[in-house]
Amino acid sequence: MSEEIKLLKGNEAIAHAAIRSGADGYFGYPITPQSEILETLMAEMPWETTGMVVLQAESEVAAINMVYGGAATGKRVMTSSSSPGISLKLEGISYLAGADLPCLIVNIMRGGPGLGTIQPSQADYFQTVKGGGHGDYRLITLAPSSVQEMADFVTLGFDLAFKYANPVMILADGIVGQMMEKVTLPPFQKRRTEEELRKENPWAAQGKPADRKPNVITSLELDPAVMEENNNRFQAKYKKIEENEVRYEEFMCDDAEYLLVAFGSSARICQKVVELAREEGIKLGLLRPITLWPFPTQAIAAYANKVKGMLSVELNAGQMVEDIRLAVNGKIKVEHYGRLGGIIFTPDEILDALKEKIINA
Amino acid sequence: MKEEIIIAGFGGQGVLSMGKILAYSGLMEGKEVTWMPSYGPEQRGGTANVTVILSDAPISSPILNQYDIAIVLNQPSLEKFVNKVKPGGILIYDGYGIHTPVTRTDIQVYRVDAMDAATEMKNEKAFNMIVLGGLLKVVPMVKLENVLLGLKKSLPERHHKLIPMNEAAIKKGMEIIQKV
Repeated sequence: MSEEIKLLKGNEAIAHAAIRSGADGYFGYPITPQSEILETLMAEMPWETTGMVVLQAESEVAAINMVYGGAATGKRVMTSSSSPGISLKLEGISYLAGADLPCLIVNIMRGGPGLGTIQPSQADYFQTVKGGGHGDYRLITLAPSSVQEMADFVTLGFDLAFKYANPVMILADGIVGQMMEKVTLPPFQKRRTEEELRKENPWAAQGKPADRKPNVITSLELDPAVMEENNNRFQAKYKKIEENEVRYEEFMCDDAEYLLVAFGSSARICQKVVELAREEGIKLGLLRPITLWPFPTQAIAAYANKVKGMLSVELNAGQMVEDIRLAVNGKIKVEHYGRLGGIIFTPDEILDALKEKIINA
Repeated sequence: MKEEIIIAGFGGQGVLSMGKILAYSGLMEGKEVTWMPSYGPEQRGGTANVTVILSDAPISSPILNQYDIAIVLNQPSLEKFVNKVKPGGILIYDGYGIHTPVTRTDIQVYRVDAMDAATEMKNEKAFNMIVLGGLLKVVPMVKLENVLLGLKKSLPERHHKLIPMNEAAIKKGMEIIQKV
């Protein structure tokens, strides 16, 4: 067996993957159910090996602004939190998006609204893919459904963040954060040297040499004509991301008459629902959006011509279902099934809901 | 092969760590494994449970309707999980913590007096390993050598001297488990 296969919690996998992906800094503040990310990083002490900075800030607001500062210098920096903590970070996230800065943000969702519960939830879908902070910005949003993806999406997240100069969010929940599974950690990448940083990120605030103008990192622009140009540039970037970065996975969809659509931990539970339904002779498939933004609109639209109905299965009151309905555009019935406030649905409950809301409706 | 297992009891009984050692043992055996804890404001005396799935094939849901095996170590856990054992499945309980007998006749019920045995061994911490031994006697899903490897992998090095004691506890559990 390879030494690199480990048994880790999803949160621990993110921490190990961050060190291995050549991250320069992590700035966080503890909150259940994601505290193992900060705890694992502290226990691993990467500042003694790779030189990665790990810092427990005085608050979530401080942590996201440390990320802003680190990102402005072209460093690979990240933060993590859970729902109420992400709400506190949203001002900073909007500023990062408005300044074209790359960074990685992890949200291990718990039930809300408010301080809510510490149990798993997916109720921050709207917050993540529809804005959350102010202004016309988008977060590239990756939704892992296994501990392996928790590790893999750290490297992928950093790569996408730098490719498009845009913040990337890993949107997971307490189930994927707390469960342990087999995971193959990514190979070690060296942290960039200062020279490599300057070469790869000529826009970064790295100290001005005599032969160029200062690099100014800001989201502020008082001239509306210039601000509109900035927004047009953002929109052009988002269009490119929508064209190139949609990711999704299909499970038993080839002959499907009905389709479940679910992301993250819900998609894992829905795999079992597909197995149970097929035992009963129901031809059920599962489409799992991996990127929540950009959303797999075209893939879902194509299934609207093949299946009789779709059920969106989410640990919330019905959020992603709106994007599915936009994609399907009224062609077939699309319903939602969810549990709220930290309660997790069982496979049986979902299968019953599918029969009630779609098959027998 | 696929075993879907729930282990439930009081916080402090070693429920989560027993599940962890079982998961590590499965890893050593080359199985797919998922370990899904109840997490929350649990503390010594509160309730804790963990789902462990060992399988030859990739594992779908970590959240289950029913289990192949339920290991219940106190009365509230018995009441919560007795009806979630699949027909033909297995329920294992510790005689010390359970006051009412199991009335289901469509499952196999085993009793392991692990608390008494741990007291006898003058080692309360051996409790969960005695239960694990009982489980492995009834369903030998992982080899003992892989459990010992799993222990080695999951325990910090300074605790490796405790492995012989754990091995003795596992063997004790294998001896004392009995069908009800």
